[in-house]
Amino acid sequence: MTEAAVKQPGSAAPAEPKIPVTYTAVYSVFFWIGLFSFGGGLMPWIQREIVIKRGWMRDEDFLPGVAMAQILPGVNSTNMAVYVGRHLLGVSGAAAAIIGILTGPFVIMLVAAYSYKAILGVPALHAAMAGVAAAAIGMLLRMGVLAVGTTGKGVLPIVVMISVFLAIGVMKWPLVPVVLVAVPLSVLIAWPWGRKSGGDVDA
Amino acid sequence: MREETSLALLISIAVILAPLSIASIGGATAIYAPLQHEVVDLRQWITGREFLDLFAICRFTPGPSSLLGALIAFKVAGLLGALVAMVALYLPSSMLCYSVSRVWATHKGKPWHTAVERGLTPVAAGLILAGVLALFQLSGGDLLTGAVMVAVAGMLTWKRKMHPFPLLIGGAIAYEASYLLGYLNYAAT
Repeated sequence: MTEAAVKQPGSAAPAEPKIPVTYTAVYSVFFWIGLFSFGGGLMPWIQREIVIKRGWMRDEDFLPGVAMAQILPGVNSTNMAVYVGRHLLGVSGAAAAIIGILTGPFVIMLVAAYSYKAILGVPALHAAMAGVAAAAIGMLLRMGVLAVGTTGKGVLPIVVMISVFLAIGVMKWPLVPVVLVAVPLSVLIAWPWGRKSGGDVDA
Repeated sequence: MREETSLALLISIAVILAPLSIASIGGATAIYAPLQHEVVDLRQWITGREFLDLFAICRFTPGPSSLLGALIAFKVAGLLGALVAMVALYLPSSMLCYSVSRVWATHKGKPWHTAVERGLTPVAAGLILAGVLALFQLSGGDLLTGAVMVAVAGMLTWKRKMHPFPLLIGGAIAYEASYLLGYLNYAAT
């Protein structure tokens, strides 16, 4: 399906891409993101590179992937790489993205395996890493604030958002049962009740 | 201590890690307990102390925390073991994610698709904010972390297209300065 879209980026992404979508481009975007992925919080960076800077995807296509990547089993960032890669270039795009995001960390890990005693013995290095992680959380905070603005009309989506935040973030309830309750409920709220199918669903 | 990287060893690496790939719901931290049980208690590939050291490496190198599985495999079975571990760790969950997003994309435009898309957005927002809180608490929940977070979020609000490098490096500098001024303590392990 989307495999046919190679070197015809116009059919892969609805917005006009500023940089052509190729396997090498997809690989290298995720390679650089993976190389600097300290302490989680990669979603905003992926969003910046894919949506804002390159125009390969729209936010409406990107954000459901963020939820999906977190809900499905596996690591959020690798799931998101698969989601974005598939959207852009099909199965090979997904492969290019996930191999890209894992190349740097894998190689660094092998190097670290030889030199870890030395690394763990330098407290100044701990401080720098903690600082990078704090900045990454700040990027995530900004993305969270933006996502709040896209929750949709009415009070109920806000209630869903706050409930999910409280259940997972504050109460530390397990993800699976929370999501199994929240997602169907939230979909029911968003359901186009009273409107016949094919109406103004994407108003 | 193990010279031969036998096929049996590679198979047991895959057998241990592949289920963890699917079981790691809600992030890689879910796999620590079962992984430790398998490689330290049951198979005694490494000691508990080595497990903690390898865990610390994964905290301080880039990449998902589940790379710990590949690092342990590297220690036990060399490069081949590490590669087998990577496939076992990430192929099953990726195939699942691929299938779900493929089904998702083929139904685009249908009313239920739009409803699910809209329904997922508040859930995603809640999960992102919960992630911010969890990471903030993990990092110590101190004033410095909070200040760096707010500063970075503010910078991004001001310049949406700003590159992450200066922000990440700025965070590192803030911490490094606090460390050098004696506000932070990192005990050498």
